Amino acid sequence: MTVRRVMGIETEYGVALPGQPAADPIMWSGRVVQGYVRSAATNASLPLTSGWDYADETPLRDARGFSMARALADVSQLTDVDDPMIANSVLSNGARLYVDHAHPEYSSPEVMSPLDAVRWDRAGELVMRQAADHWAQTGEPVRLYKNNVDGKGASYGTHDNYLVPRSVPFADLISGLLPFLIARPAICGAGRVGLGVASQGAGFQISARADYIEAEVGLETTLKRPIVNTRDEPHASPSVHRRLHLITGDATCADVGTLLKVGSTSAVLRLIESDRHPRIELVDPVAGARTLSRDPSFAATVLSTDGQRLSALDILEAYLVACREAVADEAPGWVADSDTQMLLERWQAVLDQLRVDPSQLGAQLDWVAKWNLLRGFKDRDDLSWNDPRLQLIDIQYSDVDLSRGLAAKLRAAGRLESLVSDEAVRAAMVTPPLDTRAWFRGACVARFGADVKAASWDSVVLLDRRSRPQRVGMPEPEGGTESIWADRIASSTTSADLLEHLSD
Amino acid sequence: MSGQEQQRRNTPEPEEPTPPAPAQVASEAKKDAELDSFLDEIDGVLETNAQEFVHGFVQKGGQ
Repeated sequence: MTVRRVMGIETEYGVALPGQPAADPIMWSGRVVQGYVRSAATNASLPLTSGWDYADETPLRDARGFSMARALADVSQLTDVDDPMIANSVLSNGARLYVDHAHPEYSSPEVMSPLDAVRWDRAGELVMRQAADHWAQTGEPVRLYKNNVDGKGASYGTHDNYLVPRSVPFADLISGLLPFLIARPAICGAGRVGLGVASQGAGFQISARADYIEAEVGLETTLKRPIVNTRDEPHASPSVHRRLHLITGDATCADVGTLLKVGSTSAVLRLIESDRHPRIELVDPVAGARTLSRDPSFAATVLSTDGQRLSALDILEAYLVACREAVADEAPGWVADSDTQMLLERWQAVLDQLRVDPSQLGAQLDWVAKWNLLRGFKDRDDLSWNDPRLQLIDIQYSDVDLSRGLAAKLRAAGRLESLVSDEAVRAAMVTPPLDTRAWFRGACVARFGADVKAASWDSVVLLDRRSRPQRVGMPEPEGGTESIWADRIASSTTSADLLEHLSD
Repeated sequence: MSGQEQQRRNTPEPEEPTPPAPAQVASEAKKDAELDSFLDEIDGVLETNAQEFVHGFVQKGGQ
Protein backbone atom coordinates (compact mmCIF):
# COMPACT_ATOMS: atom_id res chain seq x y z
CA MET A 1 0.00 0.00 0.00
CA THR A 2 1.07 3.52 -0.29
CA VAL A 3 0.06 6.74 1.38
CA ARG A 4 1.32 8.52 -1.71
CA ARG A 5 -1.38 10.29 -3.70
CA VAL A 6 -2.15 13.79 -4.92
CA MET A 7 -3.04 15.92 -1.89
CA GLY A 8 -2.88 19.49 -0.59
CA ILE A 9 -3.81 21.69 2.37
CA GLU A 10 -5.67 25.01 2.20
CA THR A 11 -5.41 27.34 5.20
CA GLU A 12 -7.43 30.48 5.92
CA TYR A 13 -5.36 32.52 8.38
CA GLY A 14 -6.81 34.64 11.15
CA VAL A 15 -6.07 38.34 10.64
CA ALA A 16 -5.96 41.02 13.35
CA LEU A 17 -4.82 44.59 13.87
CA PRO A 18 -4.55 45.11 17.63
CA GLY A 19 -5.93 48.44 18.72
CA GLN A 20 -7.79 48.98 15.44
CA PRO A 21 -11.19 47.35 16.01
CA ALA A 22 -12.61 49.12 12.94
CA ALA A 23 -10.02 47.63 10.57
CA ASP A 24 -11.73 45.88 7.66
CA PRO A 25 -10.62 42.22 7.60
CA ILE A 26 -11.42 41.80 3.90
CA MET A 27 -9.31 44.80 2.94
CA TRP A 28 -6.51 43.63 5.21
CA SER A 29 -6.66 40.12 3.79
CA GLY A 30 -6.18 41.69 0.37
CA ARG A 31 -3.27 43.71 1.69
CA VAL A 32 -1.65 40.56 3.01
CA VAL A 33 -1.72 39.08 -0.49
CA GLN A 34 -0.42 42.35 -1.94
CA GLY A 35 2.25 42.54 0.76
CA TYR A 36 3.66 39.19 -0.25
CA VAL A 37 3.50 39.90 -3.99
CA ARG A 38 5.22 43.28 -3.51
CA SER A 39 7.96 41.94 -1.28
CA ALA A 40 8.58 38.66 -3.10
CA ALA A 41 11.47 38.27 -5.53
CA THR A 42 10.88 38.86 -9.24
CA ASN A 43 8.77 36.07 -10.70
CA ALA A 44 8.15 34.46 -7.29
CA SER A 45 4.47 35.26 -7.77
CA LEU A 46 2.11 36.31 -10.53
CA PRO A 47 1.34 40.04 -10.63
CA LEU A 48 -2.07 40.89 -9.20
CA THR A 49 -3.15 41.94 -12.68
CA SER A 50 -3.01 38.32 -13.77
CA GLY A 51 -6.17 36.41 -13.07
CA TRP A 52 -7.46 33.19 -11.66
CA ASP A 53 -8.90 31.05 -14.44
CA TYR A 54 -12.38 30.14 -13.21
CA ALA A 55 -13.38 28.17 -16.28
CA ASP A 56 -13.52 24.83 -14.46
CA GLU A 57 -14.71 25.86 -11.00
CA THR A 58 -17.99 24.31 -9.92
CA PRO A 59 -18.45 24.92 -6.18
CA LEU A 60 -22.17 24.22 -6.33
CA ARG A 61 -21.90 20.74 -7.79
CA ASP A 62 -22.63 18.03 -5.25
CA ALA A 63 -20.85 14.68 -5.24
CA ARG A 64 -24.13 12.93 -4.62
CA GLY A 65 -25.09 13.74 -8.20
CA PHE A 66 -27.08 16.97 -8.29
CA SER A 67 -26.29 20.68 -8.55
CA MET A 68 -27.61 23.33 -6.20
CA ALA A 69 -29.50 26.05 -8.06
CA ARG A 70 -27.51 29.27 -7.92
CA ALA A 71 -30.49 31.27 -6.67
CA LEU A 72 -30.68 29.02 -3.60
CA ALA A 73 -27.05 29.29 -2.65
CA ASP A 74 -25.84 31.43 0.23
CA VAL A 75 -23.72 34.24 -1.21
CA SER A 76 -20.65 32.96 0.67
CA GLN A 77 -20.79 29.75 -1.39
CA LEU A 78 -20.28 31.63 -4.64
CA THR A 79 -16.52 31.44 -4.91
CA ASP A 80 -16.19 31.34 -8.67
CA VAL A 81 -17.11 34.97 -9.43
CA ASP A 82 -13.99 36.96 -10.31
CA ASP A 83 -13.91 40.07 -8.11
CA PRO A 84 -11.24 42.55 -9.24
CA MET A 85 -11.26 44.15 -5.79
CA ILE A 86 -10.11 40.89 -4.23
CA ALA A 87 -6.44 40.07 -4.41
CA ASN A 88 -5.28 36.80 -5.92
CA SER A 89 -1.90 35.46 -6.95
CA VAL A 90 -0.30 32.21 -8.02
CA LEU A 91 3.16 31.61 -6.59
CA SER A 92 6.22 30.11 -8.19
CA ASN A 93 5.92 27.20 -5.74
CA GLY A 94 2.60 26.32 -7.38
CA ALA A 95 0.45 27.58 -4.49
CA ARG A 96 -2.47 29.98 -4.67
CA LEU A 97 -2.47 33.03 -2.38
CA TYR A 98 -5.76 34.89 -2.25
CA VAL A 99 -8.61 36.21 -0.15
CA ASP A 100 -11.28 33.72 0.86
CA HIS A 101 -14.24 35.49 2.47
CA ALA A 102 -12.48 37.62 5.12
CA HIS A 103 -9.23 35.72 5.46
CA PRO A 104 -5.96 35.51 3.55
CA GLU A 105 -5.66 31.95 2.30
CA TYR A 106 -2.65 29.92 1.25
CA SER A 107 -3.64 26.89 -0.82
CA SER A 108 -0.62 24.65 -1.05
CA PRO A 109 0.53 23.17 -4.34
CA GLU A 110 -0.48 19.60 -5.05
CA VAL A 111 2.04 17.20 -3.50
CA MET A 112 2.40 13.42 -3.60
CA SER A 113 3.58 12.59 -0.07
CA PRO A 114 2.61 13.49 3.50
CA LEU A 115 6.14 14.79 4.12
CA ASP A 116 5.87 17.14 1.15
CA ALA A 117 2.48 18.25 2.45
CA VAL A 118 4.25 19.26 5.68
CA ARG A 119 6.96 21.08 3.74
CA TRP A 120 4.70 23.15 1.48
CA ASP A 121 2.24 23.82 4.32
CA ARG A 122 5.04 25.31 6.41
CA ALA A 123 6.16 27.29 3.36
CA GLY A 124 2.73 28.94 3.60
CA GLU A 125 3.55 30.10 7.14
CA LEU A 126 6.68 31.79 5.77
CA VAL A 127 4.66 33.44 2.99
CA MET A 128 2.26 34.86 5.60
CA ARG A 129 5.17 35.91 7.84
CA GLN A 130 6.82 37.75 4.96
CA ALA A 131 3.55 39.53 4.13
CA ALA A 132 3.13 40.61 7.76
CA ASP A 133 6.76 41.77 7.93
CA HIS A 134 6.19 43.87 4.80
CA TRP A 135 3.33 45.77 6.46
CA ALA A 136 5.11 46.00 9.82
CA GLN A 137 7.92 47.85 8.08
CA THR A 138 5.42 50.41 6.79
CA GLY A 139 4.02 50.96 10.28
CA GLU A 140 0.95 48.70 9.87
CA PRO A 141 1.50 45.76 12.20
CA VAL A 142 -1.00 43.24 10.84
CA ARG A 143 -0.97 39.96 12.75
CA LEU A 144 -1.66 36.60 11.18
CA TYR A 145 -2.68 33.42 12.97
CA LYS A 146 -2.59 29.85 11.73
CA ASN A 147 -5.69 28.91 13.68
CA ASN A 148 -9.38 28.24 13.09
CA VAL A 149 -11.45 29.97 15.75
CA ASP A 150 -11.75 33.32 17.51
CA GLY A 151 -13.42 31.80 20.59
CA LYS A 152 -16.48 34.01 20.07
CA GLY A 153 -18.39 32.06 17.48
CA ALA A 154 -16.43 32.51 14.26
CA SER A 155 -14.56 29.67 12.61
CA TYR A 156 -12.51 29.58 9.42
CA GLY A 157 -11.13 26.58 7.71
CA THR A 158 -8.12 24.45 7.09
CA HIS A 159 -9.13 21.98 4.40
CA ASP A 160 -7.23 18.86 3.42
CA ASN A 161 -7.76 17.56 -0.11
CA TYR A 162 -7.11 14.16 -1.66
CA LEU A 163 -7.44 12.84 -5.18
CA VAL A 164 -9.64 9.75 -5.20
CA PRO A 165 -10.69 7.60 -8.17
CA ARG A 166 -14.15 8.53 -9.40
CA SER A 167 -14.95 4.81 -9.45
CA VAL A 168 -15.05 4.62 -5.63
CA PRO A 169 -18.71 4.96 -4.57
CA PHE A 170 -19.22 8.14 -2.58
CA ALA A 171 -21.36 6.22 -0.08
CA ASP A 172 -18.29 4.10 0.76
CA LEU A 173 -16.23 7.24 1.35
CA ILE A 174 -18.90 8.54 3.73
CA SER A 175 -19.25 5.35 5.76
CA GLY A 176 -15.52 4.69 5.83
CA LEU A 177 -14.56 8.24 6.80
CA LEU A 178 -17.17 9.25 9.40
CA PRO A 179 -15.75 7.29 12.39
CA PHE A 180 -12.17 8.00 11.39
CA LEU A 181 -12.65 11.75 11.04
CA ILE A 182 -14.25 12.22 14.46
CA ALA A 183 -11.40 10.27 16.10
CA ARG A 184 -8.61 11.85 14.01
CA PRO A 185 -8.05 15.00 16.16
CA ALA A 186 -6.38 12.78 18.79
CA ILE A 187 -3.36 12.52 16.46
CA CYS A 188 -3.52 15.97 14.83
CA GLY A 189 -5.76 18.36 16.78
CA ALA A 190 -4.66 21.95 17.43
CA GLY A 191 -6.20 22.14 20.91
CA ARG A 192 -8.57 24.88 22.02
CA VAL A 193 -9.43 26.79 25.19
CA GLY A 194 -13.22 27.04 25.45
CA LEU A 195 -16.17 24.72 25.04
CA GLY A 196 -19.02 25.52 22.68
CA VAL A 197 -19.02 27.68 19.54
CA ALA A 198 -18.77 30.91 21.55
CA SER A 199 -16.75 29.38 24.40
CA GLN A 200 -19.84 29.37 26.63
CA GLY A 201 -18.19 26.71 28.77
CA ALA A 202 -14.74 26.86 30.36
CA GLY A 203 -12.24 24.13 29.62
CA PHE A 204 -9.85 22.63 27.11
CA GLN A 205 -10.56 20.42 24.13
CA ILE A 206 -8.45 18.55 21.60
CA SER A 207 -10.04 19.77 18.36
CA ALA A 208 -10.49 23.41 17.40
CA ARG A 209 -13.22 22.58 14.88
CA ALA A 210 -15.34 19.95 16.62
CA ASP A 211 -17.88 22.42 18.00
CA TYR A 212 -18.45 23.89 14.53
CA ILE A 213 -19.40 20.61 12.87
CA GLU A 214 -23.16 20.33 12.60
CA ALA A 215 -23.92 17.63 10.01
CA GLU A 216 -22.64 14.23 8.91
CA VAL A 217 -22.66 14.94 5.18
CA GLY A 218 -23.33 18.06 3.14
CA LEU A 219 -22.29 20.60 0.53
CA GLU A 220 -21.93 23.65 2.75
CA THR A 221 -18.63 24.84 4.20
CA THR A 222 -19.55 28.14 5.90
CA LEU A 223 -22.72 27.03 7.69
CA LYS A 224 -24.13 23.65 8.75
CA ARG A 225 -20.54 22.40 8.31
CA PRO A 226 -20.46 18.63 7.65
CA ILE A 227 -17.96 15.93 8.65
CA VAL A 228 -17.84 14.75 5.03
CA ASN A 229 -18.08 17.60 2.54
CA THR A 230 -19.68 16.75 -0.80
CA ARG A 231 -18.32 19.61 -2.89
CA ASP A 232 -17.66 17.97 -6.24
CA GLU A 233 -15.10 20.22 -7.84
CA PRO A 234 -12.34 17.87 -8.98
CA HIS A 235 -10.08 20.46 -10.68
CA ALA A 236 -9.17 17.47 -12.87
CA SER A 237 -10.76 15.09 -15.38
CA PRO A 238 -14.17 14.65 -13.78
CA SER A 239 -14.77 11.24 -15.34
CA VAL A 240 -11.60 9.82 -13.76
CA HIS A 241 -10.99 11.80 -10.58
CA ARG A 242 -12.71 13.07 -7.53
CA ARG A 243 -11.17 15.63 -5.18
CA LEU A 244 -12.21 14.78 -1.65
CA HIS A 245 -12.44 18.08 0.23
CA LEU A 246 -12.37 17.61 4.02
CA ILE A 247 -13.23 20.57 6.21
CA THR A 248 -13.08 19.22 9.78
CA GLY A 249 -9.32 19.49 10.24
CA ASP A 250 -7.42 21.97 12.39
CA ALA A 251 -4.57 24.19 11.22
CA THR A 252 -1.43 22.56 12.60
CA CYS A 253 2.00 23.99 13.33
CA ALA A 254 3.57 20.71 14.52
CA ASP A 255 5.17 18.76 11.66
CA VAL A 256 4.25 15.37 13.10
CA GLY A 257 0.62 16.42 13.56
CA THR A 258 0.41 17.61 9.96
CA LEU A 259 2.10 14.43 8.70
CA LEU A 260 -0.31 12.25 10.67
CA LYS A 261 -3.35 14.24 9.54
CA VAL A 262 -2.82 13.85 5.81
CA GLY A 263 -0.90 10.57 5.97
CA SER A 264 -3.45 8.68 8.03
CA THR A 265 -6.29 10.06 5.92
CA SER A 266 -4.59 9.01 2.69
CA ALA A 267 -4.07 5.53 4.16
CA VAL A 268 -7.71 5.31 5.23
CA LEU A 269 -8.78 6.33 1.73
CA ARG A 270 -6.64 3.49 0.38
CA LEU A 271 -8.45 1.14 2.77
CA ILE A 272 -11.81 2.34 1.48
CA GLU A 273 -10.65 2.07 -2.14
CA SER A 274 -9.58 -1.54 -1.44
CA ASP A 275 -12.77 -2.28 0.52
CA ARG A 276 -10.66 -3.12 3.59
CA HIS A 277 -11.80 -0.39 5.99
CA PRO A 278 -13.13 -1.32 9.45
CA ARG A 279 -16.91 -1.57 9.50
CA ILE A 280 -17.74 0.88 12.29
CA GLU A 281 -21.08 2.65 12.23
CA LEU A 282 -21.67 5.23 14.95
CA VAL A 283 -25.04 6.15 16.39
CA ASP A 284 -24.33 9.91 16.39
CA PRO A 285 -21.03 10.98 14.80
CA VAL A 286 -21.69 14.73 15.12
CA ALA A 287 -22.27 14.56 18.88
CA GLY A 288 -19.46 12.01 19.04
CA ALA A 289 -16.98 14.51 17.57
CA ARG A 290 -17.68 16.83 20.52
CA THR A 291 -17.59 14.07 23.10
CA LEU A 292 -14.21 12.79 21.94
CA SER A 293 -12.73 16.28 21.55
CA ARG A 294 -13.44 17.13 25.18
CA ASP A 295 -11.54 14.32 26.85
CA PRO A 296 -7.73 14.49 26.64
CA SER A 297 -7.55 11.36 28.82
CA PHE A 298 -9.33 9.35 26.06
CA ALA A 299 -11.69 7.69 28.51
CA ALA A 300 -14.66 9.16 26.59
CA THR A 301 -16.41 6.77 24.24
CA VAL A 302 -18.95 6.88 21.44
CA LEU A 303 -21.59 4.26 20.79
CA SER A 304 -21.63 2.16 17.64
CA THR A 305 -24.84 0.82 16.16
CA ASP A 306 -23.86 -2.69 17.24
CA GLY A 307 -23.62 -1.57 20.86
CA GLN A 308 -19.86 -1.14 21.29
CA ARG A 309 -18.41 1.77 23.25
CA LEU A 310 -15.33 3.03 21.41
CA SER A 311 -12.75 5.61 22.45
CA ALA A 312 -10.96 7.78 19.89
CA LEU A 313 -7.91 5.56 20.32
CA ASP A 314 -9.96 2.39 19.78
CA ILE A 315 -11.28 3.78 16.50
CA LEU A 316 -7.86 4.93 15.27
CA GLU A 317 -6.31 1.61 16.28
CA ALA A 318 -8.91 -0.28 14.24
CA TYR A 319 -7.98 1.70 11.12
CA LEU A 320 -4.26 1.34 11.78
CA VAL A 321 -4.58 -2.43 12.26
CA ALA A 322 -6.44 -2.65 8.94
CA CYS A 323 -3.58 -0.77 7.24
CA ARG A 324 -0.98 -3.08 8.79
CA GLU A 325 -2.92 -6.15 7.71
CA ALA A 326 -3.20 -4.85 4.15
CA VAL A 327 0.56 -4.30 4.05
CA ALA A 328 1.24 -7.74 5.59
CA ASP A 329 -1.08 -9.39 3.04
CA GLU A 330 0.67 -7.54 0.22
CA ALA A 331 -2.79 -6.73 -1.10
CA PRO A 332 -2.80 -5.18 -4.59
CA GLY A 333 -1.58 -1.59 -4.33
CA TRP A 334 -0.39 -2.19 -0.76
CA VAL A 335 3.37 -2.55 -1.08
CA ALA A 336 4.81 -0.25 1.55
CA ASP A 337 7.24 2.42 0.35
CA SER A 338 9.29 4.60 2.68
CA ASP A 339 6.57 7.28 2.93
CA THR A 340 4.11 4.62 4.01
CA GLN A 341 6.44 2.97 6.49
CA MET A 342 7.26 6.32 8.05
CA LEU A 343 3.57 7.13 8.41
CA LEU A 344 2.60 3.77 9.88
CA GLU A 345 5.48 3.83 12.38
CA ARG A 346 4.69 7.37 13.49
CA TRP A 347 0.98 6.63 13.74
CA GLN A 348 1.59 3.54 15.89
CA ALA A 349 4.12 5.30 18.14
CA VAL A 350 1.78 8.23 18.76
CA LEU A 351 -1.21 5.98 19.45
CA ASP A 352 0.82 3.90 21.91
CA GLN A 353 2.04 7.00 23.72
CA LEU A 354 -1.46 8.51 23.84
CA ARG A 355 -2.60 5.39 25.72
CA VAL A 356 0.22 5.67 28.26
CA ASP A 357 0.81 9.40 28.79
CA PRO A 358 -0.29 12.00 26.20
CA SER A 359 1.69 14.77 27.90
CA GLN A 360 4.91 13.23 26.51
CA LEU A 361 3.84 14.15 22.94
CA GLY A 362 4.33 17.90 23.27
CA ALA A 363 6.98 17.94 20.55
CA GLN A 364 4.76 16.02 18.13
CA LEU A 365 1.18 17.25 18.51
CA ASP A 366 -0.10 20.83 18.75
CA TRP A 367 -2.90 20.00 21.15
CA VAL A 368 -0.44 18.44 23.59
CA ALA A 369 2.11 21.24 23.20
CA LYS A 370 -0.63 23.77 23.90
CA TRP A 371 -2.12 21.70 26.73
CA ASN A 372 1.29 21.37 28.45
CA LEU A 373 1.86 25.13 28.20
CA LEU A 374 -1.63 25.93 29.44
CA ARG A 375 -1.39 23.53 32.38
CA GLY A 376 2.05 24.91 33.21
CA PHE A 377 0.68 28.46 33.47
CA LYS A 378 -2.53 27.31 35.10
CA ASP A 379 -0.69 25.47 37.87
CA ARG A 380 2.02 28.07 38.33
CA ASP A 381 -0.35 31.06 38.57
CA ASP A 382 -3.44 29.24 39.83
CA LEU A 383 -5.58 30.28 36.86
CA SER A 384 -9.05 29.03 35.95
CA TRP A 385 -9.85 27.78 32.42
CA ASN A 386 -11.71 30.99 31.58
CA ASP A 387 -8.81 33.24 32.54
CA PRO A 388 -7.95 35.60 29.64
CA ARG A 389 -4.27 34.65 29.93
CA LEU A 390 -5.05 31.07 28.97
CA GLN A 391 -7.24 32.25 26.10
CA LEU A 392 -4.37 34.49 25.03
CA ILE A 393 -1.93 31.57 25.02
CA ASP A 394 -4.38 29.61 22.85
CA ILE A 395 -4.49 32.42 20.27
CA GLN A 396 -0.86 33.49 20.43
CA TYR A 397 0.31 29.90 19.98
CA SER A 398 -0.36 30.21 16.23
CA ASP A 399 0.89 33.80 15.60
CA VAL A 400 3.16 33.40 12.56
CA ASP A 401 5.58 36.01 13.90
CA LEU A 402 8.86 34.53 15.16
CA SER A 403 9.11 36.87 18.14
CA ARG A 404 5.53 36.32 19.33
CA GLY A 405 4.26 32.96 18.11
CA LEU A 406 4.46 30.32 20.83
CA ALA A 407 4.70 27.42 18.37
CA ALA A 408 7.61 29.25 16.74
CA LYS A 409 9.17 29.70 20.19
CA LEU A 410 8.74 26.00 20.93
CA ARG A 411 10.38 25.12 17.61
CA ALA A 412 13.27 27.50 18.25
CA ALA A 413 13.78 25.95 21.70
CA GLY A 414 13.86 22.45 20.22
CA ARG A 415 10.54 21.63 21.87
CA LEU A 416 8.65 21.08 18.58
CA GLU A 417 10.04 18.35 16.37
CA SER A 418 10.85 19.33 12.78
CA LEU A 419 10.52 16.70 10.05
CA VAL A 420 11.63 19.21 7.40
CA SER A 421 14.60 21.55 7.80
CA ASP A 422 14.11 25.31 7.86
CA GLU A 423 16.21 25.53 4.68
CA ALA A 424 13.95 23.09 2.83
CA VAL A 425 10.88 25.04 3.95
CA ARG A 426 12.40 28.33 2.78
CA ALA A 427 13.20 26.79 -0.60
CA ALA A 428 9.60 25.56 -0.85
CA MET A 429 8.33 29.16 -0.70
CA VAL A 430 9.56 29.65 -4.26
CA THR A 431 10.02 26.19 -5.76
CA PRO A 432 7.24 23.75 -6.60
CA PRO A 433 7.06 20.02 -5.84
CA LEU A 434 8.67 18.07 -8.69
CA ASP A 435 6.10 15.31 -9.06
CA THR A 436 2.73 16.93 -9.75
CA ARG A 437 1.33 19.48 -12.23
CA ALA A 438 2.16 22.14 -9.60
CA TRP A 439 5.65 21.95 -11.07
CA PHE A 440 4.42 23.14 -14.48
CA ARG A 441 2.29 25.89 -12.92
CA GLY A 442 5.13 27.11 -10.70
CA ALA A 443 7.73 26.87 -13.46
CA CYS A 444 5.57 28.98 -15.79
CA VAL A 445 5.24 31.66 -13.07
CA ALA A 446 8.97 31.64 -12.44
CA ARG A 447 9.95 31.62 -16.10
CA PHE A 448 7.35 33.76 -17.88
CA GLY A 449 6.03 36.11 -15.17
CA ALA A 450 3.47 38.55 -16.50
CA ASP A 451 3.10 36.56 -19.74
CA VAL A 452 1.07 34.14 -17.63
CA LYS A 453 -2.26 35.92 -17.89
CA ALA A 454 -4.15 33.56 -15.60
CA ALA A 455 -3.78 30.21 -13.93
CA SER A 456 -5.85 27.77 -11.93
CA TRP A 457 -5.41 24.29 -10.49
CA ASP A 458 -5.94 22.72 -13.92
CA SER A 459 -4.90 25.41 -16.38
CA VAL A 460 -2.31 28.00 -17.26
CA VAL A 461 -3.17 30.81 -19.70
CA LEU A 462 -0.09 31.92 -21.68
CA LEU A 463 0.45 34.61 -24.28
CA ASP A 464 1.24 33.34 -27.75
CA ARG A 465 3.38 34.97 -30.48
CA ARG A 466 0.60 37.48 -31.24
CA SER A 467 -0.04 38.23 -27.55
CA ARG A 468 -3.27 36.26 -27.64
CA PRO A 469 -4.08 34.27 -24.45
CA GLN A 470 -3.96 30.50 -24.97
CA ARG A 471 -5.30 28.15 -22.33
CA VAL A 472 -3.18 25.10 -21.50
CA GLY A 473 -5.32 22.55 -19.68
CA MET A 474 -3.82 20.28 -17.01
CA PRO A 475 -6.58 17.78 -16.28
CA GLU A 476 -4.16 15.19 -14.89
CA PRO A 477 -2.78 16.19 -11.46
CA GLU A 478 0.07 13.71 -11.80
CA GLY A 479 1.00 15.15 -15.20
CA GLY A 480 2.94 18.39 -15.63
CA THR A 481 5.87 17.08 -13.63
CA GLU A 482 9.45 18.24 -13.74
CA SER A 483 10.59 15.07 -15.52
CA ILE A 484 8.10 15.68 -18.35
CA TRP A 485 8.50 19.43 -18.80
CA ALA A 486 11.88 20.60 -17.52
CA ASP A 487 13.64 20.44 -20.91
CA ARG A 488 10.90 22.25 -22.79
CA ILE A 489 10.60 24.99 -20.15
CA ALA A 490 14.38 25.41 -20.09
CA SER A 491 14.56 25.77 -23.87
CA SER A 492 11.70 28.32 -23.99
CA THR A 493 12.64 31.96 -23.55
CA THR A 494 9.06 33.18 -23.83
CA SER A 495 5.62 31.74 -23.19
CA ALA A 496 5.11 31.75 -26.97
CA ASP A 497 8.14 29.45 -27.34
CA LEU A 498 6.66 27.07 -24.82
CA LEU A 499 3.27 27.05 -26.54
CA GLU A 500 5.01 26.04 -29.73
CA HIS A 501 6.93 23.28 -27.89
CA LEU A 502 3.87 21.88 -26.11
CA SER A 503 3.24 19.19 -28.67
CA ASP A 504 6.92 18.30 -29.25
CA MET B 1 -7.19 0.30 29.34
CA SER B 2 -9.84 2.04 31.46
CA GLY B 3 -10.16 5.80 31.76
CA GLN B 4 -9.54 5.63 35.50
CA GLU B 5 -6.12 4.13 34.97
CA GLN B 6 -5.31 6.90 32.51
CA GLN B 7 -6.44 9.57 34.94
CA ARG B 8 -4.19 8.15 37.63
CA ARG B 9 -1.16 8.21 35.36
CA ASN B 10 -1.79 11.79 34.37
CA THR B 11 -2.26 12.98 37.94
CA PRO B 12 0.19 11.28 40.32
CA GLU B 13 -1.34 10.68 43.73
CA PRO B 14 0.49 10.39 47.08
CA GLU B 15 -0.73 6.83 47.74
CA GLU B 16 0.82 5.56 44.47
CA PRO B 17 1.93 2.04 45.49
CA THR B 18 5.25 1.91 43.61
CA PRO B 19 7.47 4.91 44.28
CA PRO B 20 9.37 6.07 41.20
CA ALA B 21 13.08 5.24 41.00
CA PRO B 22 15.44 8.05 42.18
CA ALA B 23 16.84 8.56 38.67
CA GLN B 24 13.31 9.07 37.36
CA VAL B 25 12.58 11.59 40.11
CA ALA B 26 15.72 13.53 39.21
CA SER B 27 14.82 13.48 35.54
CA GLU B 28 11.27 14.64 36.26
CA ALA B 29 12.62 17.45 38.46
CA LYS B 30 14.95 18.53 35.67
CA LYS B 31 12.05 18.53 33.22
CA ASP B 32 9.95 20.63 35.60
CA ALA B 33 12.79 23.13 35.98
CA GLU B 34 13.14 23.32 32.18
CA LEU B 35 9.42 23.89 31.76
CA ASP B 36 9.45 26.60 34.44
CA SER B 37 12.24 28.42 32.70
CA PHE B 38 10.46 28.08 29.36
CA LEU B 39 7.25 29.50 30.89
CA ASP B 40 9.29 32.46 32.12
CA GLU B 41 10.54 33.00 28.57
CA ILE B 42 6.95 32.85 27.26
CA ASP B 43 5.91 35.39 29.90
CA GLY B 44 8.23 37.82 28.19
CA VAL B 45 6.52 37.56 24.79
CA LEU B 46 2.84 37.33 25.75
CA GLU B 47 0.69 40.31 24.83
CA THR B 48 0.75 42.58 27.88
CA ASN B 49 -2.99 43.11 28.33
CA ALA B 50 -4.46 39.63 27.92
CA GLN B 51 -8.04 40.68 28.59
CA GLU B 52 -7.98 43.50 26.05
CA PHE B 53 -6.24 41.40 23.43
CA VAL B 54 -8.57 38.43 23.78
CA HIS B 55 -11.61 40.72 23.77
CA GLY B 56 -10.39 42.39 20.58
CA PHE B 57 -9.58 39.18 18.72
CA VAL B 58 -12.76 38.97 16.65
CA GLN B 59 -12.74 37.18 13.31
CA LYS B 60 -15.25 36.89 10.51
CA GLY B 61 -16.46 33.37 9.84
CA GLY B 62 -14.93 31.56 6.89
CA GLN B 63 -15.25 28.15 5.33
